[in-house]
Amino acid sequence: MAYSHTIHGSSAVLILIACLGWSSTRSLTQDNSQEAGSTKREAGLAAWQQVYSVLTYPRCINCHTATNYPQQGDDRHPHLFNVHRGPGGKGVPALNCTTCHQSANADSTGVPGAYNWHLAPLSMKWQDTNDNILPSTEVCRSLTDRSKNGSLDGPGILRHHQQEPLVLWAFQPGRRRDGTERSLPPLTHEQFVAATRIWVEAGTPCP
Amino acid sequence: MQTYKLMVNGQAREVSVDPGTPLLWVLREELKMTGTKYGCGISACGACTVHLAGVATRSCVVPVSLIGDRPIVTIEAIGQDRVGRVVQDAWVAEDVVQCGYCQSGQIMSAVALLKIRRNPSDADIEESMGGNICRCGTYVRIRKAIKAASQQLA
Amino acid sequence: MATTGMLNSKSALSRRSFLRVSATAAGGLIVSLYFDFPLLAQAPQAKTYPPDAFVHIQREGKIVIQVNRLEFGQGVQTALPVLLADEMDADWSQVIAELAPAADVYKDPVFGIQMVGGSGSIAHSFQQYRELGAKTRAMLVAAAAQQWKVPAAQCRTEASVVHGPGGRSAKYGDLADAAAHVPVPENVALKNASEFKLIGKDTRRLDSRVKCDGSLKFGLDLDLPGMKVALVAHPPIFGGTPKSIDDKEARSIPNVMDVFEIPTISQGTAIVVVADKFWTAKQARDRLAIDWGFSRIEPADTAQLRAKYKELARTPGSVAVSRGDLSVLEGISAANRIEAEYEFPYLAHAPMEPLNTTVRFDGDHAEVWAGSQFQTIDQMAIAQTLGLKPEQVTFHTEMAGGGFGRRATPDSHVQREAAAIAKHCRGIPVKLIWTREDDVQGGYYRPMHAHRIEVGIGADGMPAAWRHVIVGQSIGAGTPFASFLIKNGVDETAVEGVADNPYEIPNFSVSAHHPTVNVPVLWWRSVGHTHTAFVMETLVDELATRAATDPVAYRQKLLKPEAKKIRGVIDLMDEKSAPWRNHLAEGHAAGVACHEAFGTSVACAVDVSIENKRPKIHRATVAVDCGTAVNPLTVESQFQAGLSFGVSQLMAKGAITFKNGHPEQNNFDGYTPPYIVDAPVDVDVHIVPSTETPSGCGEPPVPVISPAVVNALFRLTGKRYRTLPLLSL
Repeated sequence: MAYSHTIHGSSAVLILIACLGWSSTRSLTQDNSQEAGSTKREAGLAAWQQVYSVLTYPRCINCHTATNYPQQGDDRHPHLFNVHRGPGGKGVPALNCTTCHQSANADSTGVPGAYNWHLAPLSMKWQDTNDNILPSTEVCRSLTDRSKNGSLDGPGILRHHQQEPLVLWAFQPGRRRDGTERSLPPLTHEQFVAATRIWVEAGTPCP
Repeated sequence: MQTYKLMVNGQAREVSVDPGTPLLWVLREELKMTGTKYGCGISACGACTVHLAGVATRSCVVPVSLIGDRPIVTIEAIGQDRVGRVVQDAWVAEDVVQCGYCQSGQIMSAVALLKIRRNPSDADIEESMGGNICRCGTYVRIRKAIKAASQQLA
Repeated sequence: MATTGMLNSKSALSRRSFLRVSATAAGGLIVSLYFDFPLLAQAPQAKTYPPDAFVHIQREGKIVIQVNRLEFGQGVQTALPVLLADEMDADWSQVIAELAPAADVYKDPVFGIQMVGGSGSIAHSFQQYRELGAKTRAMLVAAAAQQWKVPAAQCRTEASVVHGPGGRSAKYGDLADAAAHVPVPENVALKNASEFKLIGKDTRRLDSRVKCDGSLKFGLDLDLPGMKVALVAHPPIFGGTPKSIDDKEARSIPNVMDVFEIPTISQGTAIVVVADKFWTAKQARDRLAIDWGFSRIEPADTAQLRAKYKELARTPGSVAVSRGDLSVLEGISAANRIEAEYEFPYLAHAPMEPLNTTVRFDGDHAEVWAGSQFQTIDQMAIAQTLGLKPEQVTFHTEMAGGGFGRRATPDSHVQREAAAIAKHCRGIPVKLIWTREDDVQGGYYRPMHAHRIEVGIGADGMPAAWRHVIVGQSIGAGTPFASFLIKNGVDETAVEGVADNPYEIPNFSVSAHHPTVNVPVLWWRSVGHTHTAFVMETLVDELATRAATDPVAYRQKLLKPEAKKIRGVIDLMDEKSAPWRNHLAEGHAAGVACHEAFGTSVACAVDVSIENKRPKIHRATVAVDCGTAVNPLTVESQFQAGLSFGVSQLMAKGAITFKNGHPEQNNFDGYTPPYIVDAPVDVDVHIVPSTETPSGCGEPPVPVISPAVVNALFRLTGKRYRTLPLLSL
């Protein structure tokens, strides 16, 4: 993972630039709209990269698999104990996701949890069938494809990133059974939402 | 320590325990119900399987604080359920058990499967029972018993 | 013949008759018949059998039979009563089986200690339990004959009833009191096989229902008034001791009773936490801060051991077998020689029920509850730890959730821990529990092994010379079994299955090295055969391939003429599997293997394909010769399930590996036994009809499955697999 904690600092700068850009375009005449548009697009693409860095972080991508199993851990190994995706992404009879994962983290036993724990649908896979992370373009394209993303428009995606319990979970993923904290995505939830907003307001551009 | 009201096998029970105590140990040591077994403590083996609001659940990893008012059914009462009774009878008729330690969990998983899929295929059985360990290796007879139970329930 | 009548006449309504017979001239057989009447008082009937009772006939007809060894899945709790009940002509529906506590009378007639292992239960107690049943029957008949004043020869028995001339009949329960006064016969005639009502027929297990409804209590389920739970923090490296302990946080948890040190036999010094309940004890133990010291201990390391063992295997060891002239090898060209190196890891038994023992020490007496495979030895060890005589230790045998050898430890290390804890907590019953982590990391593994074999192939394609070196820790060394197991520097358990193999190899030598490693080792279901069968049956398969001969035909040709039993099972396996072996689906291959262990011959064919990069075993056909199959249902069950157990050796995560002295795995996530998807889907078992003395079925299923599967894999991938576990195909 190329991103590190320094992202937080640079994203703050980016947001500042984006805000400046936004406010400055407002005061320009029509003649400068294309230039403003491309700045906005650039800002949107940059924001997308930030969003992508979170989406492909283990806390998120482990449930956005292309296979019939979820993944676990920072090394993203196939989920142990022969757990299967099942038809609705909720596991199979007698071995559901909720067989173990409850509506909140179980820190005393090391099992993560959030409301309605389940796999993202295959249409929202961000890996290939060999568990390799898909490139930014591909992930962006499928994320913005309404036939794949559950009919979400830009604001809908933003709301999903803001409110969906499983998304929120990624930023408070709880402790493992050895007592260590699970590692966090490269942005905080607030930063993630902010980057999403910039990207959405730029028209969800894809690289 | 906190007090929790739990619905276990149709009975209201009250326990005072540390909130992080897994349901497994609440059942075994607070309520003295030892039918549900400890095999690994990390949800790897399924010996601790109970039904929580009808969902097969691994009680060794679920802290009592997350149960809420969801009803709990354990191996001790599953025989009162028609599917449960048929599964237990099939287990006996097919002479499934060896040491028997895993079988509470196997039966609870099998019942959960049959309640949803009355006529499971080999693949269904393998997937749904795929997370239950039997160290003695009674898997061949487990498959047979599930199919026998399925026929009984048809 | 000593007769003790003990008439307890506390109440006219509750009388107890007790008869005891001394040992026969052969030794080890004491028939004790004990007839009781139910107390009519309201108080629950206490379990008051004297320790040397085998049969208890209750007035209402129930027959309680004491089983002289642990039931831990193998079905002995049903099969031994079958023997007794058949000779006794008992009504099987009235039979109840109990696990006998530790006592002299329950010692294994062959080994002289109360134990279960070596697949010897039926083999060793076959005669014993039949005689018990026959003598009981004879006494019941004599009692009826006396009452009716008719010759005993005119009476016959059936389903717990004695029938006399003139249509007279009497139930066993009604005759019990009178029978107690009849002298125990010295000799009895046993049934002919044609007279068997139960023996040889499928009999369903007696303990099924209670294992299916959660009512059966295993050792771990025991609950006693005032009982506490103990967890032990063992040194991370065997033999370590704590340099400093910070138990402040642990002690601050409510209901933690105490934290203290105990010595352990192989682990070093351990720290005990005693609390009211398991979860409390676990929270406390997790909060212990212990600084461990490991001076003068050489930490085990798998990578280092692998290199060392490989090197050792290139040198001759202590000789186990040597015949012919191995220098013949030098004269055979390289093209006709195979040099093979095999490697096997440490294996944990990991029975489903974690190890546990409950002890209460009262100063001059102790009471123990344990699912033990070694009651005599464990009882002695506990007595020793507590400064008692063995007879001052009441030892209850609990039903156990598996064992596979793990519950038969010559050093009784878990029992010693439990006794030391009970000593510290005098008067309080304490249940010692080993968590799954303690179990996976606690040692007593099937040892790691390396083999090196040089085979010289003759012009006829058969092995002309075979030099075999085995490297692995000795299981017997340092135990009371050492002199029994180790001869001329060779631990028999390391070479069994190779040294005594049934193949005709004129120039043959087997030698062994037994390095010392700081890892306790133990017998793991089928012991040496776990690795020797793998080597033999994969190498023979390779020879068959080289000779362009069908693997079954090759074995039939290679077998010694006198190896009739194994030849018989190969033939039967061939017959029963040929239909499907000759019609394999696309992407499937067949593999065969045969092996004899513990007196039982087994041949196995498997149908294997590769799914998700792992071997998928669709079907196995097994032929077995175990002499008289007392309960064919048990035999079938043991083989179906035993094959699945044997797959443990193939699992990608089926190894305990050491780094810096410490196992790298600690639970089923790192050390993974077979799940249903890994086990054979279908297993058909075929028993060779026989009236010979029974031989065991507990261990014989295990050795054949790994080589059979790997032989099939060769046909799919072209690779020979000589290192277990199978990490990749």
